[in-house]
Amino acid sequence: MSDAEILTLTASEALAAIAAGELAGAEVFGAYRARAERDREAGAEGLNCFTWVAPETGADGSPPRDDSRPLGGLPLAVKDLFCTEGAPSQSGSRTLEGYLPPYTATAVARLTGAGAALLAKTNQDEFAMGSSNENSAFGAVLNPWDRARVPGGSSGGSAAAVAAGLAPWALGTDTGGSIRQPAALCGIVGMKPTYGLVSRYGMIAFASSLDQAGPLTRDVADAALLLSQMVGQDPCDATSLALPEPIGAPSAESLSGVRLGVPSELTGEGVEAGVMEAFKHALDRAQELGAGIEDVKLPHAPHALSAYYVLAPAECSSNLARYDGVRYGLRADTQGDLLEMYTRTRHDGFGAEVKRRIMLGTYALSSGYYDAYYGRAQRVRTKIAEDFQRVFETVDFVVTPTSPTVAFKLGERTADPLSMYLSDYCTVPMSLAGIPALSIPCGLSEGLPVGFQISGPAFSENRMLDAAHALEQALGFDGGGARV
Amino acid sequence: MARLARLALSEEEIETMARELSAVLDHVARIGELDLDGVPPTSHVVELTGALRPDVPRPCLPRELALAQAPSVADGGFLVPSPQA
Repeated sequence: MSDAEILTLTASEALAAIAAGELAGAEVFGAYRARAERDREAGAEGLNCFTWVAPETGADGSPPRDDSRPLGGLPLAVKDLFCTEGAPSQSGSRTLEGYLPPYTATAVARLTGAGAALLAKTNQDEFAMGSSNENSAFGAVLNPWDRARVPGGSSGGSAAAVAAGLAPWALGTDTGGSIRQPAALCGIVGMKPTYGLVSRYGMIAFASSLDQAGPLTRDVADAALLLSQMVGQDPCDATSLALPEPIGAPSAESLSGVRLGVPSELTGEGVEAGVMEAFKHALDRAQELGAGIEDVKLPHAPHALSAYYVLAPAECSSNLARYDGVRYGLRADTQGDLLEMYTRTRHDGFGAEVKRRIMLGTYALSSGYYDAYYGRAQRVRTKIAEDFQRVFETVDFVVTPTSPTVAFKLGERTADPLSMYLSDYCTVPMSLAGIPALSIPCGLSEGLPVGFQISGPAFSENRMLDAAHALEQALGFDGGGARV
Repeated sequence: MARLARLALSEEEIETMARELSAVLDHVARIGELDLDGVPPTSHVVELTGALRPDVPRPCLPRELALAQAPSVADGGFLVPSPQA
């Protein structure tokens, strides 16, 4: 099979061809490795998706020869913040430049154990803090649909790589929307599972009560397949959970009997007209497939962003205390005492957004302000989770646009952090509630992809993937135009 | 606050950050409008009971591997400047 033919296949289709003996996993790996390497070598002329690409042969990244395993030797791009033994794991930060971890994250180890071959590490916002991938110490990633625009973030490199056909699929992480929003802005599928479904062991932490790994793929079937090989309890992550049933391949063609709730709070003010149009078009398709559409209320959702920007920075300020220049990573060159070494190291190693969030979190946790900020935000989180529980008594899923806007221009929001934060408006409520949510492309606005978000109760992954699959087939979105 | 966070910041950075953080805090302050009396805080969303494992010794990261990425090492440990240099 030619490289051009391989590129047209989804991961599931490639696996079927491998199983039929028409294709070898190593061929797929070789085709994508060459494309990824070209992007890496192109520097500013490319999309800057990768911080590391596997060598052709030899090293740990070389493709396994055993195509009989479930993932058949297919290449996998992995967000930089997953620890991968033998490959740099830098979380988009100067602080961790060149860092080689002593072990591999459980999610990655499970996938390579199932036969995936590590293709590349993907560029991301520093420590996953950002919605545009402009906060990376290794430069911004460009959106393959329009190189003047951002791919979203923080899993921007993973999303752009899959959309551009530089990787068949990728691993990302989502804290407040970091899988779903870039998937939406790049016209691919991205899924954040129920909190706890995928082990966080070996994921370089941002906000531990929210961080969750998930797939970024070309279609829903691929998302289900990749997720099915990642999930499961892990003795190294005490918050990980066993899924009641394995993740299966989605097959539904109808939405008969499925009730979709549309919350007015996340589908009104602030959502671009073109985005709303594509969203409503998808709702019409869902209705044609038999779904019932109902208005629902999430009264506390408008406060989710405020609560999130207290809780996530608070957790980050604590998690990032470890970057002190002692055990690993950057150490500033200073003649001063220990305290000066700490403060200079952290000044030199962190970018502006990370410093902002550390400061915000330190403030929110400080004595005298703790109750007003952190304590209140935790109570808002309770109310948001209750809102969803109430709504799921009457509907199966809550649907919204994934992002209020299409991909914005590079530099457009960097001067105003709050405007950047607002791009997570529709994704943060589900993160705070810990429930699963995914984004599928539902059309174009101004020639740019629009994401349709489906969220459901905890552990509803199989039903959600089925519903997303049925809608995806009816929508027939073609992402081929972004492949470079 | 920067001292508490162990962050050195220039005068210029402090000025920009104070402005940006004030805008974010103004937005965040909206949660002050909600009536949250009697609402329990949520620190963890999924119901979990303590995950326990048998208390048996097992090998840890070998010393040389733990030290491999350290900026400065001496006598099998991490070397840091004196607190009173």
